[in-house]
Amino acid sequence: MYLNQFLLLAAVLFSLGVYGVLARKNAVLVLMSIELMLNAVNINLIAFGAFHDNVLGQVFTLFVITVAAAEVGVGLAIVLLIFRNRADIDLDELDLMKG
Amino acid sequence: MVAQNVVFGILAVVMVTAAFRLVTTQNVVRAALFLAIVLSGVAAIYILLAAEFVAWVQVLVYIGAVVVLLLFGVMLTRAPIGRLGDLDNDQRILSALVALFLLGAMGAVLLDAFGDDKVGTPAIRRTAEVSDSLFGTFVIPFEVASVLLLSALVGAVALARRD
Amino acid sequence: MMKNAWLIPLIPAVSFFVILFFGKKLPRKGSEVGIAALTASFVISLLAALEWIGESVPRHAVHRHFTWFEIGGVDIGAGIFIDGLAVMMLVVVTFISLMVHVYSTGYMHGDRRYTYFFAALSLFTSAMLLLVVADNTLQLMIGWELVGLCSFMLIGHWWEEGVNSGAAIKAFITTRTGDIGLMTGIIVLFFAAGRNFGIEHLNHEALTGAIGHGTLLVGASLLFLGVMGKSAQFPLHVWLPDAMAGPTPVSALIHAATMVVAGVYLVARLYGVFFTGFSIEVGGTNLVAIIGAITVIIAALLAFVQDDVKKVLAYSTVSQLGYMVMALGVGAWTAAVFHLFTHAFFKALLFLGSGSLIHAVHSNNMSEMGGMRKFMPTTFWTFMVGSVALAGIFPLAGFWSKDEILLGASENGFPLMLAVGLAGAFMTAAYMTRACYLIFAGEYRGHGHPHESPPSMAWPLRILAVPAVLAGLLNAPGILLFNGWVEFHVEGVDHFLHHHDFNPMLAVLSLGIAVLGIAAASAYYFRGAFNGLSQRVPLLATGHRVLVNKYYLDDLFLAIIRGIQYPIARAAYWINQNVLDGVVNGVGKGAQRSAQVVYDVIDQRVIDGAVNGAGLSAEEGGSILRYLQTGRVQQYAAMLFGAVAVLAMGLVALT
Repeated sequence: MYLNQFLLLAAVLFSLGVYGVLARKNAVLVLMSIELMLNAVNINLIAFGAFHDNVLGQVFTLFVITVAAAEVGVGLAIVLLIFRNRADIDLDELDLMKG
Repeated sequence: MVAQNVVFGILAVVMVTAAFRLVTTQNVVRAALFLAIVLSGVAAIYILLAAEFVAWVQVLVYIGAVVVLLLFGVMLTRAPIGRLGDLDNDQRILSALVALFLLGAMGAVLLDAFGDDKVGTPAIRRTAEVSDSLFGTFVIPFEVASVLLLSALVGAVALARRD
Repeated sequence: MMKNAWLIPLIPAVSFFVILFFGKKLPRKGSEVGIAALTASFVISLLAALEWIGESVPRHAVHRHFTWFEIGGVDIGAGIFIDGLAVMMLVVVTFISLMVHVYSTGYMHGDRRYTYFFAALSLFTSAMLLLVVADNTLQLMIGWELVGLCSFMLIGHWWEEGVNSGAAIKAFITTRTGDIGLMTGIIVLFFAAGRNFGIEHLNHEALTGAIGHGTLLVGASLLFLGVMGKSAQFPLHVWLPDAMAGPTPVSALIHAATMVVAGVYLVARLYGVFFTGFSIEVGGTNLVAIIGAITVIIAALLAFVQDDVKKVLAYSTVSQLGYMVMALGVGAWTAAVFHLFTHAFFKALLFLGSGSLIHAVHSNNMSEMGGMRKFMPTTFWTFMVGSVALAGIFPLAGFWSKDEILLGASENGFPLMLAVGLAGAFMTAAYMTRACYLIFAGEYRGHGHPHESPPSMAWPLRILAVPAVLAGLLNAPGILLFNGWVEFHVEGVDHFLHHHDFNPMLAVLSLGIAVLGIAAASAYYFRGAFNGLSQRVPLLATGHRVLVNKYYLDDLFLAIIRGIQYPIARAAYWINQNVLDGVVNGVGKGAQRSAQVVYDVIDQRVIDGAVNGAGLSAEEGGSILRYLQTGRVQQYAAMLFGAVAVLAMGLVALT
């Protein structure tokens, strides 16, 4: 197995995640896209870990998962707050910083 | 070798398709489903790469908790079930371009850097090794991560409670 | 006293300033200051004269010089040169000025500018004295110009009437025309004498042949031009009759006795230059004698047709000045100076007498007088004395002085001038008889109540009558005191002027001609002979008209002035308007247009464009960049990712 195939796979997933972050209106969907990106990164880490015959990649991946989980939790809390304030989580409407 | 490649090929196709569908579907719940598929694929990739502990952690945490969390979020924000209409904003094309450009850049770099490197068959690592590393060398990051989780939890509760 | 003769001009100058500043506040309005100053000057002059007379022969002139500054080797300063001529002039000027001062207290009583009048009289006297004592031509010229100024001031004393101010300007301009010659002559002689203004030095150089004859002729001719202006010689005599517009005391002082003789005095002073320049020794004729002769005749003729008594006396003055100039032209220096001396007394007397008449009748015209003998006996007797003296009847003053002139003309070889002199004597006697007849004989033709003048006016008349009678005797044959006292002498040069012995034949001839003149005029007026002659004979009628129009000289001068001046004035005006103003306007317009261009192009377009452009670009840049600030996080994220990708590519490509 080539290293590159995993890396490329990760790159594709990451790009798709970027697209999703930028193009989606619903905040929850954006969070999902962020998860996608994070997973791509994890694949990268594991692949390199395997390549270097190391357990380090796995350890880092565990940390990333942890952080991702925390981040989703807080993110959703914020989305909930936004929803409570505006009854709408369309990101296009969140333009108070306009101008 | 061939079997791993075949498996990898199948997994890659499924994952990319699911990811693609994730970012283009107009149905929020289906997006969650596709996310679950992708996450599963990722776990399979981990196993392929002989990282079994992480694979199961992935399944437990991501599919078990995060997806559910996201679904809860969808529910609580009254996202309409079923086909909505337009879930993509105006800068679709720009984002596509950026994503493609990013992909191209990364691809070029990766191909250039790791063109002929092979993973080979990695040795199966036992969970004990992972835990040794985790609680040994990286105990401080581990503790920090725990504190992070705690604070995230507290923060989420603090943010989301009704007052 | 001769050494201190500089006091003599100084005292009236001080009096001028005192009267000017304090006169109005004084009890007699400044006249007392003037009279006191003149008395002091007169006394000092007499003392100086006595000192001069008392000196033993040969007398030496007193010369004192004060150098003001020296520049380029030329000495500029003031000084006094006191010899017989100067002393004589000092006595004459101060005496007559004193008489006029006393007379003016009566004549100018209640005048609108009484104090100013006395101030001007003091200034004039001071200037005339400055001229007389001058030891260098520069100082002489300063005095000359000052007396011209004072003449202008005093002729136009009643300047509210246009006639008076016009006469003042005419006097000034005419003498000024002559002064061009004076100044040029002084400059020429200055260089000829080796860059020296000194009069004695100049005479010395001229007589010893150090200066070329041609230069002397040019210099003398130029100086003579000034003499013609100031001493009213033909053709610049036209101002003197018009100057009678001034008050009569002014006429007496300035235009009879003192200022007008300044020209004669100039020639007498610088006689070395004139004698050598005009080759007077040669005889026959020269410019000075010719001009003098012409003046004698034409002025005497004009005196016959005047109605204004002052104008008769004015033309008489011109004629007598002609005698003096003619005398200098024929080489009779002492005769000329002696005639100046006697003439001053009787002419001043005549003018003051006429002033007395005018004051009584309130009119200048003889047609409004007549029979004045009854009303004003003092004036009558003194006027008669003056007239007889003027006519040259033995033994009064005029006889002796006029006879000397005729003697000089005949003995020095100027037969033409002799004839002119005799003809002039005839005419002088005749016109004075006419004047006396018109004024004193017959019935009073006026409308007022004439009365004798007050003592302030009558006493100067009486006092002046004395020298009018006696002054001539100073140079009577056998006495000849004047000859000794006043003679032309230059240190280091032998005497070159001849004194001729008394010629009884000539004296009888001149006396006879004068008597003939009186007889002819008396026949005309008292007995009516020749009456109506000018109407019957067309030639005489034409002559009469020419005389009445003063030989059309005034018209001629006016035409010349117009012919020369107007085109020049128009040309100058054209140059001013088109060239000078054109340049100025052009510069202004050019500046204006360039300013407009600067404004339009540079200011409005370029600078404002730049400024506005800066603002506009900021505005538009802002309105473009506004689209970046949507407030939408995803857009920011998109840009972020894009930038990162680009940077990454860049980094990779470069390394």
